[in-house]
Amino acid sequence: MSRARTIRIGLGLAAVAVLLSLPLWGGRANMRLVIEICCYLTLAQMWNLLAGYAGIVSVGQQAWVGLGGYLMVSSALFLHINPLLAIPLAGLASALVAIPVGFLVFRLRGPYFAIGTWVVAEVFRLGFAQVSPLGGGSGLSLPATVVRDMAPNAATREGLIYYSAAGLAVGAVVLVYILLRRPIGLAFTAIRDSEEASSSLGVDTYRLKFVVWVLAAFGTALAGGILFLQKLRISPDAAFSVQDWTAFVIFIVVIGGLGAIEGPIVGVALFFTLRSLLSNYGSWYLILLGLLATVVMLAAPKGLWGLVHGRTGWELFPLRRKLIR
Amino acid sequence: MGAINTLVQGVLLGGLYALFATGLSLTFGIMRLVNLAHGDFIVLAAFLALAAGQALGLPPITALAVVIPAMAGLGYALQRGLLNRTLGNDMLRPLLVTFGLSVIVQNLLLEGFSADSQKLQGGAWETASIGLGGGLFVGVYPLIVFALAVLVIGGLQLLFYRTELGRVFRATSDDRETVGLMGANNNHINAMAMAIAMGVVGLAGVLFAIRTNFDPAGGGSRLLFAFEAVIIGGLGNLWGTLAGGVVLGVAQAIGGAINPGWQILAGHIAFLIVLLVRPQGLFPRVAH
Repeated sequence: MSRARTIRIGLGLAAVAVLLSLPLWGGRANMRLVIEICCYLTLAQMWNLLAGYAGIVSVGQQAWVGLGGYLMVSSALFLHINPLLAIPLAGLASALVAIPVGFLVFRLRGPYFAIGTWVVAEVFRLGFAQVSPLGGGSGLSLPATVVRDMAPNAATREGLIYYSAAGLAVGAVVLVYILLRRPIGLAFTAIRDSEEASSSLGVDTYRLKFVVWVLAAFGTALAGGILFLQKLRISPDAAFSVQDWTAFVIFIVVIGGLGAIEGPIVGVALFFTLRSLLSNYGSWYLILLGLLATVVMLAAPKGLWGLVHGRTGWELFPLRRKLIR
Repeated sequence: MGAINTLVQGVLLGGLYALFATGLSLTFGIMRLVNLAHGDFIVLAAFLALAAGQALGLPPITALAVVIPAMAGLGYALQRGLLNRTLGNDMLRPLLVTFGLSVIVQNLLLEGFSADSQKLQGGAWETASIGLGGGLFVGVYPLIVFALAVLVIGGLQLLFYRTELGRVFRATSDDRETVGLMGANNNHINAMAMAIAMGVVGLAGVLFAIRTNFDPAGGGSRLLFAFEAVIIGGLGNLWGTLAGGVVLGVAQAIGGAINPGWQILAGHIAFLIVLLVRPQGLFPRVAH
């Protein structure tokens, strides 16, 4: 086993060990923070899979966060399903919805596709605001009876949500990694580098992009379900917020490193560090983040991880294919 | 008569949406640039008019004399200083840079003007209307806005087909490299296109601010209206964009007449229906 491989496996095991044991020593505030971090890592991995690998730029991913959240709340409320079980159901249902939506928005090319996805998210937001059993425009809180369905005491509930979030984040990273190591990953990389060229070499770009679109909707909706189960309150404006669920995620991926699995991890770490340092500065924090993303996009399009990788050749998730004689 | 009144209001509202859309259509047509901060610049123009009114005591319509050149200048500088660097084969760069700009502009406005909703006071004529007989009334202000939209689009058509600059714009749209080889300065041409687009944004922003309330967070919806008008009308056709704006305005007016909560939703749904049955838009690209 090479030294690099030993280090990678060691780092991976350490990360999983920290995640698994955190509820024993971390305290409630840290658990809540890590739940949020895990959800953002998932959102970022999904957006990176879309933009960094399949060449799909969506600025409407809040559609799936919100739909996942609302479907989780509705199935818990009206179908009396345990909210934790309702999350995967909400994810699957959102993926199903993503199929007809995909047929529609895939008619738009390039930059107009991006705005089209935003329109879809707005339709969802305005649509849910019209549903009075779900509280209309002001939204609703999950009633205590529903919450108690999950587990009788608060500590167990938080533990369950925590492990769901941690499992989701690890799952998202592993899924993207496995996907990219398979032959299909080569096709994605080819699409990213040149859609025309890969298409002329026999890659079915439309189908591949569609699969990624639906998969990303699934992962994004799962994160949405967990986020709103943790908040216990949902409203159309919070659920379908372009700033919270798309702008931040894009900044995370762009600053961290587009088109690399490590990118979203670096980006999420930086995002939450900056947030805790600059939380008192309000909108100036967002302005700084926007400036940072713009500068990175122009000066280092592969992000911070791209700079590190370029200098050192490090890879946490080896995806480079080597020629074997 | 109620139904016809609704329809007329929708058509006139379409004029404003066509003005929102013109800049977006222009920059995409000439340099394949879609500016995700477009809506935020409309809102910025509205706040500029507000600030000019407060600082210089100018009424909104004369504030146009400040806002339009200021926005055009900003457009030129932005294109030369920043956006030209993003153009190329990778569509991700302009999209992400303008998305970053959108967040920056929105939050700067929030810092400068707070989240409060504002409105420009146009004066008594703002609410005046003309009776057309039979209970049919047309607002003077919406009528002026619609006429301005027709004038602007007609003027741009003249610019494109009757002037030297317009010829270079059309040539750039067809083949930017060759235009560069012929001795034209691509960076300057792009910046001129953005200056014109942002000048129209300045006009649209002020007209919008006299018509309705605005706040720093409103940029996203304006971008979507502009985009929908462009797609409904068909890419590359400015008169089509006007028609797209009218379809959007009528759909919103009908939705709003049925239930106020459905106004914006009805516009989006009309757009999705057009996308479903006629994805190339109602009046797609005309040959040059």
